[in-house]
Amino acid sequence: MSEISINPGTLPAGPDIKPKLSRDDILMRGSMIVIALYLVATLVLPLYTMLSKSFSTYRMELSQYEFQVSDDAGQFDGTILSGDALNEQIGAFSGTELSTGSDGRLSVTELFPDFSFRSPVMYQIRNTSDTGRFLVGSTLQDDTDWVMLDSNEFRRVQLRPVQSRGLDNFVNYFSTPALFNSIKNSLWISVLSTIVTVTLAFWFAYALNRSCMRFKGVFRLIAMAPILVPSLLPGIALVYLFGNQGMIKELLFGASIYGPIGIVIGSVFFTFPHAFLIISTALAISDARLYEAAASLRSTPWRTFWTVTIPGARYGLISAAFVVFNLVITDFGLPKVIGGQFNVLAVDIYKQVIGQQNFEMGAVVSVVLVIPAILAFAIDRMVQSKQVALLSARSVPYQPTPNRKADRIFLAYCCLIGLFIVGLLAVCQFAALIKFWPYDLSLSLKNYDFNKMDGGGWGSYINSIKLALLTAVIGTSVVFFGAYLVEKSNGFRTGRSIFQMFAMLPMAIPGMVLGLSYIFFFNSPSNPLNGIYGTMAILVICTVTHFYTVSHLTAVTALKQMDREFESVSSSLKQPTMKLFARVTVPVCLPAVLDISIYLFVNAMTTVSAVVFLYSPKTTLASIAVLNMDDAGDIAPAAAMGMMIFYTNAAARIIHLIASKGILKRTQAWRGR
Amino acid sequence: MLQKTPPGELYLSIQNLWKAFGSFLALKDISLEINEGEFICFLGPSGCGKTTLLRAIAGLDLQTKGTVMQDGKDVSNLPPSQRDFGIVFQSYALFPNLTIEKNIAFGLENTGRSKSDIAVRVNELLQLVGLPDQGKKYPAQLSGGQQQRIALARAIATNPGLLLLDEPLSALDAKVRVHLRHEIKELQRKLGVTTVMVTHDQEEALAMADRIVVMNHGVIEQVGSPTEIYREPANLFVADFIGEMNQIQSQVTKGGRLSVGEKTFACLSHKFNDGMPAIAAIRPEDIIPHEAGYLDTGGNRNCIDVTLDEMEFLGSFWRCRLSNERFGSSELIADFSINAVRRLELEEGRTMVIELPENRLMAFDVPETAA
Ligand SMILES: Nc1ncnc2c1ncn2[C@@H]1O[C@H](COP(=O)(O)OP(=O)(O)O)[C@@H](O)[C@H]1O
Ligand SMILES: [Mg+2]
Repeated sequence: MSEISINPGTLPAGPDIKPKLSRDDILMRGSMIVIALYLVATLVLPLYTMLSKSFSTYRMELSQYEFQVSDDAGQFDGTILSGDALNEQIGAFSGTELSTGSDGRLSVTELFPDFSFRSPVMYQIRNTSDTGRFLVGSTLQDDTDWVMLDSNEFRRVQLRPVQSRGLDNFVNYFSTPALFNSIKNSLWISVLSTIVTVTLAFWFAYALNRSCMRFKGVFRLIAMAPILVPSLLPGIALVYLFGNQGMIKELLFGASIYGPIGIVIGSVFFTFPHAFLIISTALAISDARLYEAAASLRSTPWRTFWTVTIPGARYGLISAAFVVFNLVITDFGLPKVIGGQFNVLAVDIYKQVIGQQNFEMGAVVSVVLVIPAILAFAIDRMVQSKQVALLSARSVPYQPTPNRKADRIFLAYCCLIGLFIVGLLAVCQFAALIKFWPYDLSLSLKNYDFNKMDGGGWGSYINSIKLALLTAVIGTSVVFFGAYLVEKSNGFRTGRSIFQMFAMLPMAIPGMVLGLSYIFFFNSPSNPLNGIYGTMAILVICTVTHFYTVSHLTAVTALKQMDREFESVSSSLKQPTMKLFARVTVPVCLPAVLDISIYLFVNAMTTVSAVVFLYSPKTTLASIAVLNMDDAGDIAPAAAMGMMIFYTNAAARIIHLIASKGILKRTQAWRGR
Repeated sequence: MLQKTPPGELYLSIQNLWKAFGSFLALKDISLEINEGEFICFLGPSGCGKTTLLRAIAGLDLQTKGTVMQDGKDVSNLPPSQRDFGIVFQSYALFPNLTIEKNIAFGLENTGRSKSDIAVRVNELLQLVGLPDQGKKYPAQLSGGQQQRIALARAIATNPGLLLLDEPLSALDAKVRVHLRHEIKELQRKLGVTTVMVTHDQEEALAMADRIVVMNHGVIEQVGSPTEIYREPANLFVADFIGEMNQIQSQVTKGGRLSVGEKTFACLSHKFNDGMPAIAAIRPEDIIPHEAGYLDTGGNRNCIDVTLDEMEFLGSFWRCRLSNERFGSSELIADFSINAVRRLELEEGRTMVIELPENRLMAFDVPETAA
């Protein structure tokens, strides 16, 4: 026993120990694969389909068809005419006329100038290769057999295009100024909105964290209000304020609110809470000791600000900037309402798809839009991981000292911002309640009579509540369970990191892109999931996937705070992991579970971008109704519906608050003395 | 009655076990046998692989290679749920939202026991760990030491054949730790359950273990009873890690004696050939003090004269720092009894003679990385 051991250097040859999986391991891996497959089916495959769509070009290949024409007696002389040659002869179609979309159809009779559907002439047509296709009425012919038709039938022959892959769509996009100008527009609108929002939000957060001004709680609430409404609501308010019959349109000195000005002001409104939250967190964690050091070095406040405050909050500022940029560049509702003739990428997708039915071009714009969105997302993730590192460092929270003059200035500033936020909401509420701006200012509820307008009426509102509840319940279950599996299962490293990647992906994908990719994927007749197209199910799935990442991160953060050894203890006691999950994990993480639910609920109520492609007449939504009523010129009812969303979300948040308080109270005993 | 090594049968056998984390080898060719009813401590500096070995035994983190046999059965690749053990972690991992009773009952459910049987067993366990009326409280309402006992009760509730403890005491303050040490040992003896405890605290290991497994850098340096490990360390690492050890650079001369300068010392038998360098090592309490001039009065023992540089009173003995130019810059540390100090009238600055008894002077390899 007392031999001196010699350090052996390398692993012996031979196979490694292969773990025998327990039933729990199999169950957990199985479930993880199921959720991963869900993400593949609802995210990866649709995106892939969309990407491949953007590279798909369709062209009428006339050389793929051959014809024979009989004499008046119906006798064929055996002459075979190629479609190509016919076209060259008579010049029926030019080259550009032959490129088309996936739905393109070409009437074959155009190639025969002498054609008359009453003539006794008979025709034969065939494909020369397997890829050729044509329709006779609604029957598809894709073999190479001759088909004989009389002239009346021949009239109903339509040629179908051949699909090929290439960059043609992109070439087309970048050679159309009306399209590619939107890139520039989107970029500068987003950059400008980002600069304004981050600056305003920084000083607002600074006032709330670093001054001793009063009413901080109220301002915190006000700052979060825009989260509760669809992004297009500020657009409606701006129309009332500065539109053609605006209440205070003189303030714009003749400039039009429809366009960049409106988009920037509205964007500041709806991105403000996001920027405020991030910057506020960054300011709250900075270290008081640095300020004491600065004070002891007799640094001027200005110098301290630049050498301590700004560097301390820099990750928060950068992160906020990229989040805001991403929100603005991917937003669809606001520029749709107030953009006027000013084209941006997100609206282009909509116009291409809904307006022009040009799905391929919609896919191209989507690809163009995804690039800045993914870049902004990636940079934000990098910055956030640095911020987390800062957070874990031991620091002493900063305690502001009263300063009457500064506190007053901050209070005045916060009042201005508060007026801006509350003001826009109040304008909407006001607009919703008066009869007919600006001619009849008497109060009325007629704008709430949604059933008399386009957009689906009160049914839309009910649908939205349904969608929000379903999204909250199903989404929270899937997301939390998925996060649990990925955090707490044994081994299976590769599987887990792939899952993590899938879970992060949705955040980088703009809603418009997700929605469009769902059309391509689920609306394809060859997809076995085709049946959910046009139902509430696809709206729920799309919304859960759209908001998966933030929910997942919330769940992971909560799970990481659980003792790593609970699962070990449970398995040593031979108890199923699912029992541990139900009896310990979920109860302990209940606050996070509620946070995820309310997040999903609120977003499902306000989302427009992804679902605008997916709703059907039976599943119209409140947020979409706002959009459609506004489009139809029913601006006051649109504002009314928008405010309904606001009140619903506010009520949901209050219920959430009460529930959270109740849970905390009930669990006080075990959360510590 | 104190029994040294329980003679029970072979219960747990680990053979040629390896664990790799990527290219890093956390365990290298570990072989170890543990008898039924034994209390074994894995002792070693932090990061040496103790927890990794414990988790391999439990099946929580499977070894890369090698076998683990428990109770005659090959469990090498089984998941934890198919092995027979209870475990207590440093964090205790008590379920915060369940009462103490529910925590202890967690493993008793789904085992065919009736509700009343479970209640009886829970009470019995609470009694056993000395917390009979805390069952309705939540873990956060108990002190660290109490939580520790609950974790222990939960681990032994189902009468596992093997109890695994990963640094169970290190989160507690010193007084509670010493107290609980005894309680755990007592409980283990009462139940007779084979126990493996991981610790980096040598005192804890010496006080509790039947046998200690000293580990370093993923290998076992020595296995033995506390006294064996202390009195006969297998190598310089063990000697140095457990207790204190004076180390003097020396050379082996004829007759296997150790020479330091021109002075040679007789020592315990060793494996070194003449002319090789070796470290002469002796524990502070093994050094025998004599009055100055003792050398002259005859006797060719391992005596050498030294200067007493510094004395520190540590309650039951004096810790003294001794120097002699032959030792170079390093000092010898010796622990002298209060009696001896009084008898020899020792005080700082005096010269004296010390004896390094032949049967306590050891020779070890010079460490490779000696700077
Ligand atoms: N999951 C892991 N991945 C990589 N290295 C690990 C992992 N777990 C432990 N190690 C490394 O293995 C070595 C042994 O760890 P451990 O067994 O926890 O030591 P200790 O003796 O302190 O209990 C350490 O160097 C540690 O960094
Ligand atoms: Mg350890």
